[in-house]
Amino acid sequence: MTDLSHIRNFAIIAHIDHGKSTLADRLIQHCGGLSEREMHDQVLDSMELERERGITIKAQTVRLMYSARDGATYALNLIDTPGHVDFSYEVSRSLAACEGSLLIVDASQGVEAQTLANAYLAIDAGHEIVPVLNKIDLPAAEPQQVREQIEEVIGLDASEAVEISAKTGAGIEDVLEALVARLPAPEGEADTPLQALLVDSWYDPYLGVVALVRIKNGRISKGQRIRMMATDKAYRVDRVGVFTPARTEIDALGPGEIGFITASIRAVADCQVGDTVTDDRMPVEAPLSGFKPSVPVVFCSLFPADAAAFEDLRESLAKLHLNDASFHFDPENSAALGVGFRCGFLGLLHMEIVQERLAREFDLELIATAPSVIYQIHLTDGTSIDLHNPSDFPDVTRIRNIDEPWIKANIIVPDEYLGAILQLCTDRRGEQIDLTYVGGRAMATYRLPLNEVVFDFYDRLKSISRGYASFDYELESYRQGDLVKVDILINGDPVDALSMIVHRGQSEARGRALCVRLKELVPRQLFKVAIQAVIGGKVIARETVGAMRKDVTSKCYGGDITRKRKLLEKQKAGKKRMRQYGNVEIPQSAFIAALRMDDN
Amino acid sequence: MAETIATPDTLAIYVHWPFCRSLCPYCDFNSHVSDHVDHARWRAALLRELEHYAELAGPRRVTSIFFGGGTPSLMAPDTAAAVIEAVAHHFILDEDIEITLEANPTSVESAHLAAFAGAGINRVSLGIQALDDAALAFLGRTHSAEEAITAIEVAAHTFERYSFDLIYARPGQSVDQWRRELEQAIGRTRGHISVYQLTVERGTPFYLAQARGDLVLPDDPVLAALFETTQEVLADAGMPAYEISNHAAPGQACRHNLAYWQYSDYAGIGPGAHGRITAAGRIHATRQHRAPEIWLHRVEDHGHATQTNEPLEPQSVVAELVLMGLRLRCGIDAANFRARAGMALDEAFDPVTLRRLEEGRLIVHNSDGLRATPSGRQRLDSVVAALVV
Repeated sequence: MTDLSHIRNFAIIAHIDHGKSTLADRLIQHCGGLSEREMHDQVLDSMELERERGITIKAQTVRLMYSARDGATYALNLIDTPGHVDFSYEVSRSLAACEGSLLIVDASQGVEAQTLANAYLAIDAGHEIVPVLNKIDLPAAEPQQVREQIEEVIGLDASEAVEISAKTGAGIEDVLEALVARLPAPEGEADTPLQALLVDSWYDPYLGVVALVRIKNGRISKGQRIRMMATDKAYRVDRVGVFTPARTEIDALGPGEIGFITASIRAVADCQVGDTVTDDRMPVEAPLSGFKPSVPVVFCSLFPADAAAFEDLRESLAKLHLNDASFHFDPENSAALGVGFRCGFLGLLHMEIVQERLAREFDLELIATAPSVIYQIHLTDGTSIDLHNPSDFPDVTRIRNIDEPWIKANIIVPDEYLGAILQLCTDRRGEQIDLTYVGGRAMATYRLPLNEVVFDFYDRLKSISRGYASFDYELESYRQGDLVKVDILINGDPVDALSMIVHRGQSEARGRALCVRLKELVPRQLFKVAIQAVIGGKVIARETVGAMRKDVTSKCYGGDITRKRKLLEKQKAGKKRMRQYGNVEIPQSAFIAALRMDDN
Repeated sequence: MAETIATPDTLAIYVHWPFCRSLCPYCDFNSHVSDHVDHARWRAALLRELEHYAELAGPRRVTSIFFGGGTPSLMAPDTAAAVIEAVAHHFILDEDIEITLEANPTSVESAHLAAFAGAGINRVSLGIQALDDAALAFLGRTHSAEEAITAIEVAAHTFERYSFDLIYARPGQSVDQWRRELEQAIGRTRGHISVYQLTVERGTPFYLAQARGDLVLPDDPVLAALFETTQEVLADAGMPAYEISNHAAPGQACRHNLAYWQYSDYAGIGPGAHGRITAAGRIHATRQHRAPEIWLHRVEDHGHATQTNEPLEPQSVVAELVLMGLRLRCGIDAANFRARAGMALDEAFDPVTLRRLEEGRLIVHNSDGLRATPSGRQRLDSVVAALVV
């Protein structure tokens, strides 16, 4: 156990690509945590996906032993946090385990939306914040301007910001010295009952469930019986350890320290993040203040492209859930797409990442429906329902009004793209709250309905600004909206997977776009196919696929009927993928293609 | 459960001659080029396989013999004569028997038509394909338009009944061009003509050309217009379609092909030939070995080169009855369906599908039977798929 005064616990927060993980690598290297040979880029981003996309999804921790200029050796506990807004929940709980943060800002890019969002989270957590200007080796670096930005946009004193290049290694020691000098040491008592914050938990195939804890008071040792206060379950501690970043077992963790424990805990669900860990025989009276549980805000349905893969999908979701308890999934049955799951995610990126992990790690081909948000539907009988699946939409006559979630969004963008960005926000029913300029860049703050944002807003934002706009948001409130459910009918029968809840003002355009797209995808049939978009009983758009004009092989088969019959038998096998709508059969692939085009 | 199928008293006989002088780039029939055909051995083998099928089929009245190919007009006429004699020996010949020979309209083959008539052939079907030299060259034919017309004249002079084939939907062919070609052809007919849409089949040079983008066939609206024009022009000329691609004046339909479409029994002799033969209460599908040399050796060693001979499941019989029967204008006769399928028409199909197709005016279903309307025949592949898939 380390003396409290020689411990510093810190997080690194930054906008994506500003060099957070590279700095972490440098810090580890400087402190000798890994030899040159063991070092590979972004050691903390262990998931293949994290490394490839350059983002951090799960928080990671590492203990660094730093011999400071004052001659003493400090234990620096670093928690690497996800940068993206979707994971702000993970960011906040990581922040709750430390006393300070390094705020990395790319000196050539300046303050971006996630810099702002994460800085506010750190301020809210009561952190001491050390601004760090990265990439000063780049010709485009403008450290002085960025310093001003930090002061003006965030309101932090940047006069003592540390200038570094994580790439070349310049300034790394200055960062370490700043940590020692400027961050407060943790507080806590060693000789009082155990009180530790459960920061994170995950499933390790070799160790079982691993819990990451921050000791506030007391100590945790191997063999100790502990109790999780929220679940009120007791366990015997099997292992205590830290990551250096290699997993290293030690005898005990004392106050102010961060480390892991294993305790024959069966499921990740038994380790509620934010719970307080105490001693089973000498429990503390009150738990630490935990975190709000993470709630899914974006939903979509996932179906296996091949119906036979349903069980694989179920198993894969369950496995993934072991490590990421923040997404939800429930079985769902769609007439158009078969059996699948309705899934809830923390945000759009989270949704994308889960889908990609399913595809990559479990080799599943998936079909995803258009994303939806949670609507609060107030019924005429005075009751309310939360709804995220258009297929659960009640009869309109029973609805008094519908509330939809609104977000507060910060968009930071170079001047020249501002006009187009403001237009996009207006088109998406946005309300401007603020508009400020700092050094050639504008920051627009808007209130926007979340359902407008989940529908390709981010892609549009990126394409309009050629990738220069950054965007972050937080959920703000629910507000009444003029929302309708648009159904797509094929020859009068609804296609459940294509239903959507949209603002009335956008309903016709969205309905028409989908009808036009389907018209391209539905093959000609013996009968004409009417594709309609309807609200309740009212048709708002219609397209018709004409009946096929000729479909007969005029070739003479002689006596060889067998070949033709075998062709029919092949068609019979393909019929399983056909869905009957009135008198026509639509290949499931048409719906899949319609949904896929939604992505683009 | 389907009933047992009574063996019919009639039989049609198909004889396959697999050799051609050259191969056409669109053809996926069992055709081979060979300079060393031992006609005596082939004649003997055809006769041996015929004998085998005579034993299998039992006593029957033969209503038609069809020499197809390949190019059966390259056969020695006395081979045809020997086969016809052997059929007469093994079976009873119907007094109205139709004996057709497929022939290519080259001058060499035209010169042999009289000898074939002497052998007992009483109908020829000429592979004219087009009346335009450029189109003939594109189709890989070795004859000219002029030779084709001479061949038709020789056939008209030699045989009471003859027919010829045309292929339409060639690249760049317009509806007007096709109408003119068809009208020109009508003047050369005597009550029967077959018009086939050019289709590209796997394993042919055209397939490769199409895959490379070198061959572009007319698109769907043009195909439909060409088909509709064919129907209209030939009906106006007194030869309405009695089958999707076959047009005839009253009484001039090809009896042999009708046996296929009405799903009667037929024996297939020669390399790759198919047959449907009723035995022991079941309809059997037979197929002979495709490769000419292997076929020849097997027949010489075992008396036949049958590769498959398997009883068909009732559902397969229903599928085949529909596949073939709905191609005919008169459709499927209810009594014939019952006799061949061992079940009633009404039992064989999903009533909802039947009603849907009827409401769409694609089929007519009544106590007489089941038939496709002209609109249904034009979309027959989908209609059949709806019924039996």
